[in-house]
Parts: sequence; C-alpha cells; structure tokens
Amino acid sequence: MGEEVKLIGSIQSLFSFRIEWALKLKGVEYEYIKEDVRNKSPLIFKYNPVHKKVPVLVHGGKSLPESLVILEYIDETWKNCPLLPEDPSQRAMARFWAKYADEKCLIAVWQAYMAEGEEKEKAMGPALESLAFLEKEIKGKKFFGGEKIGFLDLAVGWIPHWLNVLEEVGSMKLLDAEKFPSLHEWAENFIQISPIKECIPPREELVSYFHSALIYLRSLSANKP
Amino acid sequence: MADEIVLLSTWPSMFGMRVRVALAEKGLKYEYREEDLRNKSPLLLMMNPVHKKIPVLIHNGKPISESMIIVEYIDEVWNHKSPLLPTDPYQRAQARFWADYVDKKLYDIGKKIIWSTKGEEQETGKKELIECLKLLEGELGDNPYFGGENFGFVDVSLVTFSCWFHTYESYGNFSIETECPKLVAWTKRCLEKESVSSSLADPHKIHDFASGVRKRLGIE
Repeated sequence: MGEEVKLIGSIQSLFSFRIEWALKLKGVEYEYIKEDVRNKSPLIFKYNPVHKKVPVLVHGGKSLPESLVILEYIDETWKNCPLLPEDPSQRAMARFWAKYADEKCLIAVWQAYMAEGEEKEKAMGPALESLAFLEKEIKGKKFFGGEKIGFLDLAVGWIPHWLNVLEEVGSMKLLDAEKFPSLHEWAENFIQISPIKECIPPREELVSYFHSALIYLRSLSANKP
Repeated sequence: MADEIVLLSTWPSMFGMRVRVALAEKGLKYEYREEDLRNKSPLLLMMNPVHKKIPVLIHNGKPISESMIIVEYIDEVWNHKSPLLPTDPYQRAQARFWADYVDKKLYDIGKKIIWSTKGEEQETGKKELIECLKLLEGELGDNPYFGGENFGFVDVSLVTFSCWFHTYESYGNFSIETECPKLVAWTKRCLEKESVSSSLADPHKIHDFASGVRKRLGIE
C-alpha cells in the first residue's frame, strides 16, 4: 500500500473533486497533477486514451479513468472510512442513484444552463424533475450515506457549488430551498464537512470557466446548419 | 429461506439478456415476465418509477434496476459460484471501466445504423461501431474471455449485443466478422456456454423484430 498515488485532475472538473474528496476522506497521500480542460496535455492522452478526460487516478503506475469507477477502486483499496454500504441492495441503490445523477440530473441541468429564451423554461423541466427524485431520496436522512457521507454524497457533491454557478451563469433557479428543502439542507451540511470544506473550487474560476463555455457552446449551435 | 426472484424484461433487449446470463451463471431459478413496452405493467411502473424501463430484477420484493448494476448485485449476493468480477481491485476497476464503455457506446451507435433514415448517419454509425468493436477486440487480446481464463463481467456486458450483430450487418451492409474476426470468435466461444446460449435471442428473430419496428416507424 506504499505505492505512489497521483491524481490527474482540473479545478473546473466536478468529477475530479469527487476523487480528491474520497482520497482525503481516507487519508491517502497523493500528488495532484493539474490539467487544463481547455488545453489538454499529452499526459491525458497517455493515461486516458479511450475518453481523453479527467480525472485519472494513477496508482503504482497503473492508470484508471472514469470517476465512479475510480471511487469504487479507492473504496476497495483503502478500506478505512467505507464509502459504499455493506448490504448488496443498498450498494445497488447507491450505484443506481450515482448513475442517475450523472446521466440524467447533470445532463438535464447542463441542457437547461445552455438553453436560451423560451427554450430555457422548457429545458428546466427535466432538471427540476430529477432534483425532485433526489429530494425524495435524501428526505429523512442527514446524508445520502446516512449519518456519514458516502459514495452517493460524493457523486452528487457537485450540487452545492457547481449547480450554484451553473444557475448564476445560466440565469436560472433550480435548487429552490422551498421546493427542495431536504436537498437544500443536505447541500448546506455537505459543504461544512471536512475535507469537503477545505477542498472546494474557487468560485470565480468556475464562474469564468462556465461563462466562457456558454458563449462557446452557444456559438457552436448557432453555426449548426 | 427460498429466494424469490422475478425478472421484468423484453425478449429482444440486450440489457435484459445480460441479467438472464448472470442468473444462469449462478444457477438461479427465477420467474420471467415479458413486458410490453407500449403498455407497461403496473408492476414495472411501481418497481422502476424513475426510468420506467426494463430490465428490473425483483429479489424478495426489492427492485434493482440498470442491467450492469443488477449483474453486480447478483454477483455480490450469490458469491458462492461463478464469480463474474475478479478479486483484485484494479482488475475489478478495469472490468467496470470496460462494461461502462460498452454501455456508453454500443447501444446508441447501433441505433444510428438500425433506426436512422439518413444514409450519412448510418455510415457514421457503421464506422463508429467498427471502431468500438476493434477497441474491444484489442482489449480481449489473446485471452479466451474478457475476464481472462474465465467468463466474466465484461463478457456479460458485451455478449448480449452479439445477437444484434446480424441486424447491424444487414442494415449497415458490412460484415463484423471481416472487421473483427477475434471478437466474433469470442462470441462463438461464449455461445458454447449454456448460460449464454439459453439467454440470447435468435439473431434472425431479432432481425425480424427490428424489421417490424422499422415498418411501424415508416422507415422500411
């Protein structure tokens, strides 16, 4: 277990932060290698030739991409502070909701952030619907993992900071404290926990990144035939 | 206590077939219920209210959805026989990565070939499919299975697409065996296993099914 751990990540990437939080929770020492997602280095092409994205974990020279896969690897390799529950049906539920959050919720939020004018109201629908499912899932619990944060908390950990920035830059309100009181409360609690509290992206950096991304993405769709 | 296992699925679904293969690998008895996706049962809507999709495994009344999550659940609960995931964490992670790759790519690419009305989109789909399958073939290497010496998690995730190959080939007008001979050899090897041959649909029936859907959509 004395093998070197490196994390190739970027401060704009909500996926990278999941991994940092997991490593810090488990007290794993690692070297952070900063990537700029707008200007990818040869390192990313070497360590993630299939998807060419961050984050990539490199442990003892062996590389591993895909954040949810990395989280499970971390949980299985460093057994202290378990992220996934022991019961198979609860593990399946945590995996289900993490996949849902990435494939439905995040995508819906992204579409809403990109949409303009009349389209925006319509695009907010699926995003609100997905937040409603997460609201139902967190109701009555302090964290998705129960008393302590776990796999699913890390997987949806983008909500407190990234969603907030996407709302501002995308001129929309999704996580309304009145509509989603439990989810809102979870978000407030989540960012107070160490090591999350000490490991958050600089807001200005996120705002600037998502602002320029929006201009770029909208210009792409404007130029589509 | 006898386990009560119910599987809600549809016969052409490569996702549902994955669960059938896993259950067969573990030698489990279960009740299979065929769903009509144009008239979903109240049970399906209750057991998968989020996605309203098949497959859903109901184990002693508790539902599990998403095919590879179900397969992993089956592997964890019935861990006494035919392990699908290896024990080493890095190898497990590799298996999850490749199963995720199959999930992210194959179905959507396949859709372009079969359900598209635009020739250009079909051509793109064909190129992308060959690229994906070649990558997977490279990952298989000289091993008998993606799981190495034994049939495993990635094998389950991919083998069920093989009964759709004939349909992709027919509409895309190409031969997967010509492009990826080792991969096709692997599918034949998997079909020698009872768990696979008893779970996969007949490729010609799949083709008839696809043809029926295309006619209904007005693209044939």
